[in-house]
Amino acid sequence: MNSECKNNNTLLDCIKNNPVTAIILLVGLGLTVARFTSGIGGVTNLDNKNPWGFWMTFDLLCGIAIAAGGFAVTAAYYVFGQKHFGVFVRSTLTTAFLGYFFEVIALVYEVGQPWRLPYPIFWSQGTSSVLFLIGLCVFAYLMISFTELLPAVLEWLGKKDARKKAIRLVTPLAVIGAVIGIIHQSSLGALYVITPSKVHPLWYTTLMPLNFLVSSLFAGLSMVVVEGLLSHKFLHAYMDGQHIKTANRAVFGCGKAACFFMFAYLAMKVVQMADTSQHLSSGYGALFLAELAGGVALPALMLLTGIARKRTGLIQAGAIVAVLGVVLNRFNVSLVAFNYNLPAAERYFPSWMEIALSVFLFTLMVAAYRFICSRMPVLKTHKEYGEGVV
Amino acid sequence: MNRRKFLSCFTTVTAAVTLPSLRGAAASSAHLFADTDMLGVLHDSARCIGCRKCEAACQKVNADVLPSPDKLKSPEPSFYYRSVMDKKRHTDFQRFTVVNRYKIEDRLPVYRKFQCNHCIEPACASACFVKALRKTPEGPVIYSPDLCVGCRYCMIACPFYVPAYDYDNTWNPLIYKCTMCAPRLAKGLLPGCVESCPKEALTFGRRKELLQIARQRIVDNQGIYVDHIYGEYEVGGTCWLYLSPVPHKNLGQPEVGKTAPTDLTADILGTAGLAAGILTALLGATCLVSSRRNKKYPAGHDAGDDRGDEQ
Repeated sequence: MNSECKNNNTLLDCIKNNPVTAIILLVGLGLTVARFTSGIGGVTNLDNKNPWGFWMTFDLLCGIAIAAGGFAVTAAYYVFGQKHFGVFVRSTLTTAFLGYFFEVIALVYEVGQPWRLPYPIFWSQGTSSVLFLIGLCVFAYLMISFTELLPAVLEWLGKKDARKKAIRLVTPLAVIGAVIGIIHQSSLGALYVITPSKVHPLWYTTLMPLNFLVSSLFAGLSMVVVEGLLSHKFLHAYMDGQHIKTANRAVFGCGKAACFFMFAYLAMKVVQMADTSQHLSSGYGALFLAELAGGVALPALMLLTGIARKRTGLIQAGAIVAVLGVVLNRFNVSLVAFNYNLPAAERYFPSWMEIALSVFLFTLMVAAYRFICSRMPVLKTHKEYGEGVV
Repeated sequence: MNRRKFLSCFTTVTAAVTLPSLRGAAASSAHLFADTDMLGVLHDSARCIGCRKCEAACQKVNADVLPSPDKLKSPEPSFYYRSVMDKKRHTDFQRFTVVNRYKIEDRLPVYRKFQCNHCIEPACASACFVKALRKTPEGPVIYSPDLCVGCRYCMIACPFYVPAYDYDNTWNPLIYKCTMCAPRLAKGLLPGCVESCPKEALTFGRRKELLQIARQRIVDNQGIYVDHIYGEYEVGGTCWLYLSPVPHKNLGQPEVGKTAPTDLTADILGTAGLAAGILTALLGATCLVSSRRNKKYPAGHDAGDDRGDEQ
């Protein structure tokens, strides 16, 4: 990932330049073969009491939460007319599209019969299921985010007329994309509403959809900031002056919005704690408080200070903590608090292969992002289309 | 507002109106069989002697799905050996039912049969996004293997940890769980386990009548049973019912509450539709307002803050 392979380089040079990536890809390919020859049981520690594990939590719950920046920034720009977010629109849309695309790839590993994945949409609709709603959202948002990115693709390919047509779709799609994004994020929380007896009462509430939505909003916006930071470090060559000049203000915009959602989330959680405060003294209580204090309150204060003192670095640091905080929350809900009443011997712990496969997919996603940024006008304005994103 | 703007606005509002009605329909389908004339089975732990004849019969009548006892992946001694019960067992992809032995204080061991409870409002069926699991009006919750995607959300949703998966099967992994012998019921036969029970610890019948029988047994045998029919109200009621001489939680029956989990999600799905409609309308309106505002203060107003699209 670190240095680009020039076209005239051989495969061997690529491997020499990126040894870590090469190892990840090799191991990932090997494990992919293992997954599709020895079944899910061959590579995971899943069992009848723990049917969802690391993949579900990391690839789906965490991945989609931090992809929320896509619809949030797009809506801020097109729907709310916050033009200073413009610099991040295409890069977050790219991330969101890739996030959803790789969620589907992850599902191919995760479900038992991936060739039937289109069934819920085209063949037999289980409309009473939250998962059905999620399937619809993933399907719809994949198409929406792809269409919203079409102008960038068409600029790259030099199709002027088609680009002109595609651009007209972008604003209405920003509205629908935001609605679908919001429904999708809350449905992920709603997945666990059906299991009141399995999720620890500190995390279980019928308001989980709202908790997931609000936390995904600040996670997504924080991720935009983190991504901007990483892009500046590694993809600087693909940016233009305009992008670099305006990125700073957009970072403040995202920071402010994320900060707002964090305080809203804290308030919600404190109100919800009224019912469950008797559990706070247990080990779960300590974890719950640590998650809330370290993963939400701390980054919220960091962002607040960073915004007040105009220190970009502090905002970026706060954003990193916030993203990690939400990742911790998703792990807590779906793995730590889930099945809390089972004896320790029946609890789940991921196998190294599950983790390695997630790392593999994540690496592929980063590579895809890099591929797109290096070719299409994502981090820069195409020289022939001065009018920019719209 | 030009024609194109109007059209896009119009489409948006139409979507906003149709979406919630769609979801509303989905949510209301959760209550399929409110009044229950369903079939069920009553298990009486005061009568059960733990002979495991029901297990053997289950294996036999489901021979098309389950392996024969000698071919089990983790083979057990023959069904006549009781040492199997030294540890708590669980159903899996090779067993639809198991009987566990519970030693409670100094009384004789108590046995409890474990299998799918065939909930009146099954969480698994409502969680299935392809309707591979569904509740039949007669009572059994049945499975269509040719629809199953293998998402395993039914296993997450089930409060009793019933559906099992064959994780090691590469090309056709499926969910396995008791069918209440629905194919046998259709032929007028008893479920395999009920037929094989030598002590009448299993009683098959209409759920309503089973509840009356159970209550009568509690009344007629003062001091034998705890005054609680497990499954009468648990998760909104289950077709399998349990009588026990000791508190049910001592027999590994989880405390699951009386609310049907399906009710919780049905509410949410209904709300989701409504929220989608309202949000689309609100965001669409905001979009129109902000685009007019941007037209009012064009070029130069806050220039340089964006990618220059206001020039």
